[in-house]
Amino acid sequence: MIGDNVALDRISIEFGNFQAASDVSVDIRPGEFFSFLGPSGCGKTTILRTISGFQEPTRGTVEIGGRPMKGISPNKRPTALIFQNLALFPLMPVWENIAFGLRVRGMGKTERRARAERLLDIVEMSGTGDKMVSQLSGGQRQRIAIARALAVEPKVMLLDEPLSALDLKLRQHMRAELRAIQERTGVTFIYITHDQGEALAMSDRIGVMSRGRLQQVDSPEAIYNRPVNAFVASFVGENTILDGRIAAEDGKFVRFDTTAGTFLALPGPELQEGAFSRLFVRPEHVRVGGEAASNSVSAAIAKIVFEGNLITVVGRTSHGTDLTAQFTNNSTSIRPKVGDHLNFSFDPADAQVLASEPVRTKEVA
Amino acid sequence: MANIVKRYGIGLTTVFVALAAFWMLALVWIPYSIMIEQSFRLYLPFSELNGPRDVYTLANYASLFDSIAARNVLGINVPIPVYIFLLTVLYSCLVTVLCFAFAYPMAWLLAKRVSVGAVPLIIMLLIIPMFVSELLRTYAWYIILAFQGPLNAALGLFGIGKIRWLTGYNGVIIGMVYTYILFMFFPIYNSLTSLDTNQIEAAQDLGAKWWDVHRLVAIPHAKSGISSGCTIVFMFSVGSVLVPTMLGSPSSRWFTEVILRTMFESQDWNTASAYAFLILLVCLVFVSLVMRLFRVNLTDVAK
Repeated sequence: MIGDNVALDRISIEFGNFQAASDVSVDIRPGEFFSFLGPSGCGKTTILRTISGFQEPTRGTVEIGGRPMKGISPNKRPTALIFQNLALFPLMPVWENIAFGLRVRGMGKTERRARAERLLDIVEMSGTGDKMVSQLSGGQRQRIAIARALAVEPKVMLLDEPLSALDLKLRQHMRAELRAIQERTGVTFIYITHDQGEALAMSDRIGVMSRGRLQQVDSPEAIYNRPVNAFVASFVGENTILDGRIAAEDGKFVRFDTTAGTFLALPGPELQEGAFSRLFVRPEHVRVGGEAASNSVSAAIAKIVFEGNLITVVGRTSHGTDLTAQFTNNSTSIRPKVGDHLNFSFDPADAQVLASEPVRTKEVA
Repeated sequence: MANIVKRYGIGLTTVFVALAAFWMLALVWIPYSIMIEQSFRLYLPFSELNGPRDVYTLANYASLFDSIAARNVLGINVPIPVYIFLLTVLYSCLVTVLCFAFAYPMAWLLAKRVSVGAVPLIIMLLIIPMFVSELLRTYAWYIILAFQGPLNAALGLFGIGKIRWLTGYNGVIIGMVYTYILFMFFPIYNSLTSLDTNQIEAAQDLGAKWWDVHRLVAIPHAKSGISSGCTIVFMFSVGSVLVPTMLGSPSSRWFTEVILRTMFESQDWNTASAYAFLILLVCLVFVSLVMRLFRVNLTDVAK
């Protein structure tokens, strides 16, 4: 079993005046684990419903395995959708849930039962076939939902935040599980989530969405280390954000004037002349202590958060700008105290000046 | 019980229990017991009451069979009262099936397809006719279905010749479907509104065609509503007096009419009690069949 590619070409979806998705184009490769990541209301579920056929795009085309999907109803598409609430059938025992797709395809009862048992093996739930769904735990239901979707041998598996209802421990376990099932079956997985950790940990590639637009499509590493704009940088991971303006170019860097001083940083890809921009630097890239040098600023320690493996400190400059630094907890790491004046510095290659919207408004839900 | 006392106090709890007991005993069990007891005694002149002939007997029930008149059905001679009894049960089943056939799609549309804003208006439109008494509504159908009535006139506009609607059991069935359909509609509508739309979509996504969605997901989900709807409609139909009296034809007889005549024309309350008890038995059999068929328990039906 190998997955199909899914090509979205300039998809726009409108509900009346509301633009749920605009101009979304992405080519998802066969057998890929692809995540759409974005805050709630960004249009990612709408994209998923468009791929599965429950929503026709206002403009643009969906192709699965090279076949245009226009006018093809959900029950005829080579996709299987796993709903956020799983939507298991409460009145059927587990095995009939799994074999539902086979039943409506006219497969006989004994064969269905045998196939269901095989799928129960795949999701490591053997022996639960005769239980009712209500007798299972959250994680077990999850597996049954996956088995039910796998039963119809889909080329593309669509998952709509299926882990959001689970507790943290189970969620982390199911991440690995999902990835393993995906690798075992070779099916293309398209995963919807608002949890950046989930997306980073599982995906081959991530598409970050905001307000119906695809902001960046890239590997998890590139999304985290080289975000293309302020939205991606601030949605994925933590940042110290400095307001200011670009003063000059300096080789492959730019000089960025802020109230806290002038810093060197890499220019982001979407920067435009005169556009509003901000400097982003990850907390783990900020060093605390050491001599004053370039790209450093003195700040008073305002807050220290001890998280076990990590220590996070927040420094406030004399101009009132906050900088966050994070370092691992070991015997050589420094132990600042609140009120200490220390230098906060970072490497120019670890900081980026990114195009930003002038005012950060709340995402439309 | 201790819970109720704790919540409402001893006084109010006594009132609740007393009212429930009064209802069960005085309005259900005692009248029924009297009726059943009566049904096993003969209809005797006052002077012979408690006399040697006043014994418990099955004669009243047997009288159903020793009719002078009989009707030949498939080569078997069926006494007329039995024949009427069987037809009543048969046609009540038909009314139940027809009510389901109309009410289910309507309930589906209202619960799953119509926009939420339009639902209260539609439900009001369904209920408003119920403000008019059953008698008047049945009269209205008598007029609508008349040979020179508005229905035939309307059909005439489409070039369809006049149909004699009020022959045989036609009028009775049309009238009963109309009168009892909402008792089918509302339980089904209620149970369908609680069906998660994701379940429908999940079924479609897994390849289910529209009838698979109904057969495997929607109808099993709505089975408690369907079974209570069927039970209510069947009981009302079997026990209906008004509709068969008003919309019946010379060739249609409903078993309740037989009871009514035995009771008020023959003044034979004992035989009438026996017949009424038979209807009660049929209803009990029907309820248990429905429960078996839909694999639901009594609590589901009662809902």
